[in-house]
Amino acid sequence: MTVVAGQPPAPTIAVTPLRSAAAASRIALGALLLRDLTVLRKHVLEFVLRTLIQPFLLVFVFLYVFPQIGQSVGGGRGSSTFATVLVPGVVGISVMFQGVQSVALQLSQEFGFTREIEDRVQAPCPVWLVAVAKIVAGLIQGLLAALIVFPIASVVHAAGVHAVFNIRWWVVLTLLPLTCVVFSAGGLLLGCVFEPRNIGLMFGFIVLPITFLGGTYYQWTRLAPVKVGGFSWLQILVCINPLVYVNEGLRGAFTNSAHMHFYIVYPVLIGFAVLFLAAGVRAFRRRVLS
Amino acid sequence: MADGIIHTEGLTKVYPGADFKAVDGLDLRVRRGEIFGLLGPNGAGKTTTAGMLTTRVIPTSGTALVGGIDVVAHPALAKQLIGVVSQQNTLDRQLTCWENLYFHGRLFGIGAKESRRAATDLLEQFQLGKWADKSVYALSGGMAQRLMVARSILHRPAVLFMDEPTAGLDPQSRLALWELLGELNRAGQTILLTTHYMEEADQLCHRVAIMDRGRMLALDTPAALKATVGADTIVTVRTVGEPAGLAAHFEREVEGTTRVRPVDGGVELHIARADGVVPRVVAAAERGGFHLADLSVSEPTLETVFINLTGKELRD
Ligand SMILES: Nc1ncnc2c1ncn2[C@@H]1O[C@H](COP(=O)(O)OP(=O)(O)O)[C@@H](O)[C@H]1O
Ligand SMILES: [Mg+2]
Repeated sequence: MTVVAGQPPAPTIAVTPLRSAAAASRIALGALLLRDLTVLRKHVLEFVLRTLIQPFLLVFVFLYVFPQIGQSVGGGRGSSTFATVLVPGVVGISVMFQGVQSVALQLSQEFGFTREIEDRVQAPCPVWLVAVAKIVAGLIQGLLAALIVFPIASVVHAAGVHAVFNIRWWVVLTLLPLTCVVFSAGGLLLGCVFEPRNIGLMFGFIVLPITFLGGTYYQWTRLAPVKVGGFSWLQILVCINPLVYVNEGLRGAFTNSAHMHFYIVYPVLIGFAVLFLAAGVRAFRRRVLS
Repeated sequence: MADGIIHTEGLTKVYPGADFKAVDGLDLRVRRGEIFGLLGPNGAGKTTTAGMLTTRVIPTSGTALVGGIDVVAHPALAKQLIGVVSQQNTLDRQLTCWENLYFHGRLFGIGAKESRRAATDLLEQFQLGKWADKSVYALSGGMAQRLMVARSILHRPAVLFMDEPTAGLDPQSRLALWELLGELNRAGQTILLTTHYMEEADQLCHRVAIMDRGRMLALDTPAALKATVGADTIVTVRTVGEPAGLAAHFEREVEGTTRVRPVDGGVELHIARADGVVPRVVAAAERGGFHLADLSVSEPTLETVFINLTGKELRD
């Protein structure tokens, strides 16, 4: 087959852009989110199950099993006090896992294995906007996670164990979205840095330390007695962990228990958000452009 | 668009850390409505060139315009004008075949209703209608390729870029894809494709740029490129035993020989004015006392052109 000389192009093919860069970008962002939400809707059951399993196990073991077998946690104080400390922490940790699962793992796959991202970056918008779309989709999933985890974490308790809540809505409504941004931007960074075959490393050296040393089970101030030569080294060390500020802040948002001051929580989390956003978008650009 | 739908000047890429130019001073004009081929061996710089034109690779120097738009300065504008089919399968694994097309339409600003119609129509046109609601995992290599082509043209791009579109396809799927691209082109689609198959460049492309080591060595229609060989017949001769002296002998004895090239177990003769060439070659072999094991006659191909330009074969 030899193709004959080209005929005049059909009139429907435009040779100049139909839209300004700004208009095309806005439309593309909407479509990228529409796609992600469609996928979420298709897998809604899977989303709910994977979101709930970890928080459920946490509250089940600590607030249901432990009180019944007489295992004491929370420094020997009452189980209800511990529940009050734990429930906000469970919400924090769930939002963090959303960032890992719905952003980092997805992205790592798309980069390393399915190569889908190569098509996504041909969208008629700047490359950074494709990264931002991932973060926004992660943010939405983080908020949904918080929404379904909080009720579960508040009710799965042994008889007599009660978390005491005092919800400050202005904090909830600002701190939760900020938390979601921090962790989905963090997920973007991790997803760009770790190849699929190194995901085990990511869990071992980043996700697990953040979870265990994130102040989910205790208040930050209670780490002070962990000392070497009079120096509260652990309390200082965990200050590099964003989950600490999230959990402290959420304690202030949901309960009356002592927590880190909001004047520290908000600026530090905004700092982490900016840092992760900048580093994540940069890593994304480096992965897709050469 | 007198300067062509694609226009590059001195387009050059040095990858970070590399000490050579992956693409070296490329000057290209691709016209509206043509199928333009970049032909070259592995590592010639074809993918890098396509990458720069599609905004994925940032040029080190030079300019590249698509539809008159500078792709480096205005990638978001340029991307509205291009469709891309890359070498890997980049279909969205979480979506069905139909959804892959639908969301692509939405991404490029085509309304919901129009995207739905276009997705359905294109699946039919590309004989994938049965697979509309199937996961893309269910597709064979050839079908996935067709779906990627369908996706890439859904937004009616001014130029369709295809990187090695038939690499890894079985011969039947390859022919089917050539047929399909020919049809799209007849409907007005401008296509730039890269390939290391000379048959593909020869049969499918209106014009071909031959590339090697980042440089463009020649650019013309396949027929004109082959005419540059200056010979109308290629005769490959293999002999029993050592072919020493064979090349010099034939060069002297066969009238019209423009070039002799040693090949495995024999020589390749490029011959102009090749009437009655087989008896003449046989007679020459007998005169020299060589025993012929095999003799084949063909026309010059783009491979011949490439060999003449670089001294090496297209496929290593
Ligand atoms: N991302 C990259 N980083 C560094 N070098 C690269 C990269 N991509 C390609 N190259 C090098 O650039 C040259 C041209 O490669 P490429 O454009 O892929 O050639 P082709 O597509 O013709 O096979 C090769 O030497 C290749 O090794
Ligand atoms: Mg290539």
